[in-house]
Amino acid sequence: MNKIWFIMVVASLCALCWTAPSTTLSVMLNASTDAFKLSLELCAVYAVWLGVLEIVELSGLGDKLAKLLRPFIKKIFKINDNETAKMIALNMSANMLGLGNASTPLGLQAMKRLDKGSPIASHAIIMLIVLNATSIQLLPTTIIGLRASAGSANPADIILPTLLSTICTFVLGISLVLLCSKIREKIRRKNI
Amino acid sequence: MSGYILPLIFIFIFCYAKHKKIATYDTFIKGAKKAIPLSIEIFPYIATIMIAVALLRASGLTNLLAQLTSPIFNFLGIPTQLVELVLLRPFTGSGSFALLNDVLLSYGADSYISRCACVILGCSETIFYVTALYTSQTKVKKLLYAIPIALICALVGSIVACLLCKII
Repeated sequence: MNKIWFIMVVASLCALCWTAPSTTLSVMLNASTDAFKLSLELCAVYAVWLGVLEIVELSGLGDKLAKLLRPFIKKIFKINDNETAKMIALNMSANMLGLGNASTPLGLQAMKRLDKGSPIASHAIIMLIVLNATSIQLLPTTIIGLRASAGSANPADIILPTLLSTICTFVLGISLVLLCSKIREKIRRKNI
Repeated sequence: MSGYILPLIFIFIFCYAKHKKIATYDTFIKGAKKAIPLSIEIFPYIATIMIAVALLRASGLTNLLAQLTSPIFNFLGIPTQLVELVLLRPFTGSGSFALLNDVLLSYGADSYISRCACVILGCSETIFYVTALYTSQTKVKKLLYAIPIALICALVGSIVACLLCKII
């Protein structure tokens, strides 16, 4: 992340010097203002979802849902902690329903539990990031809405191809992470 | 139809909680309280990534990059008109939705290009934003292969999307 950010910013700044140097600060300030607005909005959204979530948790519904997904999650994440597996199960369910804003606070809580204080990402942390970065979506509601307002005859006909390609990326993501972690294990064993 | 799903889920959750004798009002507040520290914690991460993305777009580098790399993407089956969308998608959600709207309006909502654009957006995520957000809760500095894998998946997803739109 450090390298990527550095390259992005320095390259853009160099290009800006050439094209429109005077706009630099206003571009950065605008972006920061947007980020602040977004955080405020997210705070409101998270309040709703975390409120609902707390009820889901306490009523035991979360455990029930997690039980269904737990064997799968424990296998691909290689974790044994029930509580963390539950968070991940809820995070994935919200992703599937297309509730991106609901899945984030859940994923963040799972992330906190996975963090062992090490500066190098563990297998489970990488898996969680990749799964959220390639999330399965059953109902791309925003996109269907945009298509409808642009005058599409059948705005929902993208659901099937979206679902198929999202399954592709989901499976590919899991397999690649598992493969890389196998290679990592091998290298570690060799070094010992 | 899909409009009913969410309210029904909520009704089910609240009634189930009532059935389990849970103080719904107090519990909701307890959960909602967590939203404030969470949003304060994630703000610097969001701001930092959004500043970089804004600079990238304002500098015109994304346009230039799209022009330079479009032969490669064409070879993989991704139309030239969508290269900028594919490149920008990992960085910005709102930016790529704005681009999608442009595509929809300029090529017609039911054209092949527009359908591809919709599927590409639907099957991918803002990788860098998600990564920044999720690492905000940990002490992790080295992500190893997380970002490369996510990017490969996004690229493969885009290629599959363009293929599927031709068939379906």
